[in-house]
Amino acid sequence: MADMKQPACVSCGGAGLCGGKALATLKDGSWTTNPLAVQMLGICSALAVTNRLENSLVMGAALIFVCVGSNLIVSLLRKAIPTRIRMIVEVAVIATFVIVFDQFLKAFYWDMSKQLGPYVGLIITNCIVMGRAEAFALQNPPLLSMIDGLANGIGYAVILAIIGFFRELLGAGEVMGFRLLSDGWYTPNQLMILAPGAFFALGIVIAIFNHFKGPDPEEKKQ
Amino acid sequence: MTETSALVILIAAIFTNNILLTNFLGMCSFIACSRQINTSIGLGTAVTFVITCTTAINYLIYHHILAPYNLTHLSFIVFIAVIAAFVQFVEMFVERFSPRLYFALGIFLPLITVNCAILGASLFMVIRNYNFWQSAAFGLGGGLGWMAAIVLMAGLRQKMRYSNVPKPFEGVAIAMILTCVIAMAFMGFAGMVAIQ
Repeated sequence: MADMKQPACVSCGGAGLCGGKALATLKDGSWTTNPLAVQMLGICSALAVTNRLENSLVMGAALIFVCVGSNLIVSLLRKAIPTRIRMIVEVAVIATFVIVFDQFLKAFYWDMSKQLGPYVGLIITNCIVMGRAEAFALQNPPLLSMIDGLANGIGYAVILAIIGFFRELLGAGEVMGFRLLSDGWYTPNQLMILAPGAFFALGIVIAIFNHFKGPDPEEKKQ
Repeated sequence: MTETSALVILIAAIFTNNILLTNFLGMCSFIACSRQINTSIGLGTAVTFVITCTTAINYLIYHHILAPYNLTHLSFIVFIAVIAAFVQFVEMFVERFSPRLYFALGIFLPLITVNCAILGASLFMVIRNYNFWQSAAFGLGGGLGWMAAIVLMAGLRQKMRYSNVPKPFEGVAIAMILTCVIAMAFMGFAGMVAIQ
């Protein structure tokens, strides 16, 4: 993290564009403390919508939108929110953005909205959004909070896209509806599309993350 | 959807359409709180109770307040508010009348507000057009199914302490693989009963 004693900038109180903290925040959110693979937040939706790459991308976009928006609003309100009721305020802000996105999907992409079913609504209880509002936006200025929301959203969306890609490829032999593995030599493994495949795929992704970052320090202690 | 009896929905929600193993709801606390069997039973009981009551309450609110006034786009925020309020209420009630139960369940109650299984059950109830008894049965079955899954998982994880897990898989990764195996086992129930 950058030193705080730099000359203040208008938007966020740091030097220049967020006092050089922008990049660090971006990296933290999308890699070092990746919400999905490292902090294990928001797993529910990550498993449910990744049966096809298309769904994963829409869900990723939804989360980026909600996370950036709610972080911005919560950060703007951070001095006005009484500490005791901050949770319910955060939930209300998040739910508002989720409703906006849900109505947008219903208006323009009805099929997609049907496919995602309840999982768009479930972004409200997605711990990533709540976690970022609680842990970051309440203490940091708006612009930096937006970047943090963006970073975490991207970190989530990328993992979702990876899982979605492999599940669709192995489960149906297709990617985004295009046939990549032809019928001749590859028999689609239906299991990857079904529930167990989702758990398996996420387990493997987490293991790969651990392999490159070293095991989670919290797990080690036990 | 034609009339499916509430009992069928109850059984289907526990086995064939397990809210955790087929719909992936409530994963966060499933992973975080499945290290001890006792903890998981406590959490499972609390979830079952809250999910049954909130699904029924949300059914009444949705069909008698939101739908008649064309406010269904507000359903998300109303549902989550009902759940948060209900959890708060239960916490105060239990604390006042049964301190022992409070110590057993109390610590889990705040966790439940953000358990997506609870909100998910309410959303499924709307999408699948359940009637009142079907909704309540779905809530109860969902809760029991979730409890079954987390208790099974806790048992496996307690055993796993003595096994030799490859380094990168330690912790959550192996838990996911285990869940995969449990989910496959539950697929064996498929065909017993079926709901949408």
